[in-house]
Amino acid sequence: MLTIQYFASIRESLNKSGEEIQLPSQVKTVDDLLKFLIASSPEQMAALNEEAKVLVAVNQTIVNRQHPLQGDEEVAFFPPMTGG
Amino acid sequence: MISVQTEDFDISEEYQQLRDRADNAGAVVAFSGLVREMYSSSSDDSPVQSLYLEHYPGMTENCLQDIAEQACGRWDVQAWRIIHRVGELRALQQIVFVGVASAHRQDAFQACEFIMDYLKSKAPFWKKQVNGQGSKWIESRDSDQAALKRWE
Repeated sequence: MLTIQYFASIRESLNKSGEEIQLPSQVKTVDDLLKFLIASSPEQMAALNEEAKVLVAVNQTIVNRQHPLQGDEEVAFFPPMTGG
Repeated sequence: MISVQTEDFDISEEYQQLRDRADNAGAVVAFSGLVREMYSSSSDDSPVQSLYLEHYPGMTENCLQDIAEQACGRWDVQAWRIIHRVGELRALQQIVFVGVASAHRQDAFQACEFIMDYLKSKAPFWKKQVNGQGSKWIESRDSDQAALKRWE
């Protein structure tokens, strides 16, 4: 299973902090996963569509959209950081 | 040493511990970040009553460790300490502490500034401000990204 986590403004827009999904066979990369999630529920997942404002971490490391997925990772979506 | 915590911290205690851990330090630089009452980027001018700090447990600590190790690779760092608070914080309270002990002040100043610059843009923390008119997530600033460039 793939574990997905959402943080900050994205978590609030989606109204959930995470979910577990079985990775569909056509989903091979982070970009595929984003498109799959948005297509599954276009209105609810609209926050994931703002490309410049969505960062992605796989197993707690920031990656780009082409990063491959096996299906057992921890994937997190969040806006640019604002700590300090 | 890293702490991500809801509790406040005592700078004099942290300073003393840095001195104790660094045998031959000639300089200790200690930075603390506070919750400002006003945010200039905010579209309304109502004072900030509180901030809510969210983080990504696990990744946050790993990022901070990585940032501190990078600083240790670039400068002479004898001891360092990072504390970042999360949860609900009120205006004028302390949010973050970075302390660095080195043989000489240049190393301590630069390592401390490097850690803060990277912490702001690379460690997964998010701030939401609450004022009389509601709450709003703070957007990242280009100036924070630009601050990283000088270390490249």
